[in-house]
Amino acid sequence: MSNANSEILVDVDGVEMVFRRGAEEIHVLKDLHLKVPKGEFLALMGPSGSGKSTLLNLIGGLDRPTRGKVRIGGEPLEGLSDRRLADWRARHIGFVFQLYNLVPVLSAERNVELPLLLTHLTKAQRQKHVAAALNMVGLSQRARHFPRTLSGGEQQRVGIARAIVTDPTLLLCDEPTGDLDRKAGDEILDLLQALNREQGKTIIMVTHDPHASARASRTVYLNKGQLASEPLQ
Amino acid sequence: MAGPINWLSQVISITKFGLLGIPGRIGSVAAAVCGIAGVVTVLVGVLSIGAGFRRALEVSGSPDNAVVLRSGADSEMVSGLSREDVNLISEAPGVRRDNGSPLASPELFVIINLPTRATGMDANVPMRGVEKAAFQVRDHFKIESGRALEWGKNEVIVGAGASGQFAGLHVGGKVPVGRFEWPVVGIFSAGGSTAESEIWTDARVLQAAYDRGDSYQSVQARLESPAKFQAFKDELTTNPRLNVKVVRQNDYYAEQSTAVTKLINTLGFLVALLMAFGAVFGALNTMYTSVSVRKREIATLRALGFGASAVIASVMLESLALALGGGLLGGGLAYGAFNGFHTSTMNWQSFSQVTFAFQVTPELLTQGIVWAALIGLLGGLFPALRASRVSISAALRDL
Ligand SMILES: Nc1ncnc2c1ncn2[C@@H]1O[C@H](COP(=O)(O)OP(=O)(O)OP(=O)(O)O)[C@@H](O)[C@H]1O
Ligand SMILES: [Mg+2]
Repeated sequence: MSNANSEILVDVDGVEMVFRRGAEEIHVLKDLHLKVPKGEFLALMGPSGSGKSTLLNLIGGLDRPTRGKVRIGGEPLEGLSDRRLADWRARHIGFVFQLYNLVPVLSAERNVELPLLLTHLTKAQRQKHVAAALNMVGLSQRARHFPRTLSGGEQQRVGIARAIVTDPTLLLCDEPTGDLDRKAGDEILDLLQALNREQGKTIIMVTHDPHASARASRTVYLNKGQLASEPLQ
Repeated sequence: MAGPINWLSQVISITKFGLLGIPGRIGSVAAAVCGIAGVVTVLVGVLSIGAGFRRALEVSGSPDNAVVLRSGADSEMVSGLSREDVNLISEAPGVRRDNGSPLASPELFVIINLPTRATGMDANVPMRGVEKAAFQVRDHFKIESGRALEWGKNEVIVGAGASGQFAGLHVGGKVPVGRFEWPVVGIFSAGGSTAESEIWTDARVLQAAYDRGDSYQSVQARLESPAKFQAFKDELTTNPRLNVKVVRQNDYYAEQSTAVTKLINTLGFLVALLMAFGAVFGALNTMYTSVSVRKREIATLRALGFGASAVIASVMLESLALALGGGLLGGGLAYGAFNGFHTSTMNWQSFSQVTFAFQVTPELLTQGIVWAALIGLLGGLFPALRASRVSISAALRDL
């Protein structure tokens, strides 16, 4: 991307996240800053419990920070009501989950169609988008299959098709290869890399696996609530 | 962006996934559906008793007819009219005439003891002494088997309802009247009215057997039209030679049914209410299970942009759908088990047994379905609120 460094898509500005568990306060993120330019494939690493998922959820508008601002494409999320935030997610964010989170009673194509139910597309238009997304992840032949009849890698590809079917601004992947073997994991990483390089998708991927983060254009490390560009020893 | 159509399609899809997932938690779903079906069966079943009783008394009264009793008497049992009273009543204006003779039926009313077929225990059975006019002031009177009464004979005909409920009341059977036993010569129907609960005989014969002289207890008069009632009543109540009260026949029977119907309905509601309480917990349990099994699925849908209110509506809708299933099942069961079931009960106004059939009416079925729907909505509400309030990120973390 020619203007990759000029246009900031994700701007996490002085974010603090505190969870309460009874009387106990857990400070997960402290005065955290992160800027992700449009078109970047960012890997987010860090020890278990360091707050990687928490940060991803804040960027995706699933949670609201205790302090600080999250702006996506210039839009400050704290200004949106829950209702509008849900609409905003539907339009701008594609989520990919570690455990795929497919609806078990729906076939692959119906799962991929889900986010499109929130749009004004007609049935025929939806079907076209679904077919394109399944084709992109190489699962056109499995459109009618139910999740339980698909392998883990195939299920995750359905998950990715569901995440990209609305052509979102930003793909957020929380350990997308965490439950897959090396071969299936590599296929998923190939796919994400292709989406980033060929379609210019901005991707933030949480991972524990250096092999996975090596595919990203940049890696940041979360530790003790702060980000660093090098892993802490 | 999210218009109402969009919202509705969200609700429909989430509900659909919930319903499609039912086979996976069939146990708790079946328990809740059966619980609700039980409530509806009991409610509709018990209320059908009241409805049947009310109907039996309602069809007994015609707006064309008036009942004349001694003033102060609430029922035929405690009434008494002399032959002169009867003549004055018959000649009053407004009474319809057939070939010159008034359609006014003086009737005698006594109670005899007969064992019931079901338990063998003695019960009070009403016995009516009638004259020819009795058949003219009643619609739908029909001899079903045997033959009609012959006048002046010690013999009886028996209503179909009484015949089914009490021992010995078949053609060729015998009825103990005082020291005598009178043969049953016929069985009659009377359009489902209370007459079907009675034994009929010649009024003169009954007067003699009970030493009643020439007295009667009521006159059932057929009026020229319902509009003539007021004039007929005024004429009789202002006549200084008479001391009577005049009521429309349908009011007379309606009043008789209110006490018993009220009792039955109160009982039905109480039992159904207690059961409904249990059924609400059954529904709550089922829907809590549903939303906790689907916790991650619902969180995923919300992450994708489905709205919290759509989640609430769809959980309620799922609960409602299950409840309506239970309601229909219960209504069907009640209809199959109770509709047309014949029994008899004490009519406290006449101190005698009224036989009637349970009536599972469309109104009762509707009422049962409404109860089921309320149970379903109540049982779905709290699980729905819980499902919508749980934080998306927390639900996604839970495995
Ligand atoms: N909803 C919540 N309520 C309370 N505590 C929470 C909540 N979400 C996260 N936490 C806590 O915040 C901390 C960070 O959690 P988070 O899931 O972000 O870590 P992570 O880096 O993604 O870990 P992992 O690599 O194991 O997925 C943990 O201590 C966790 O227990
Ligand atoms: Mg995590």
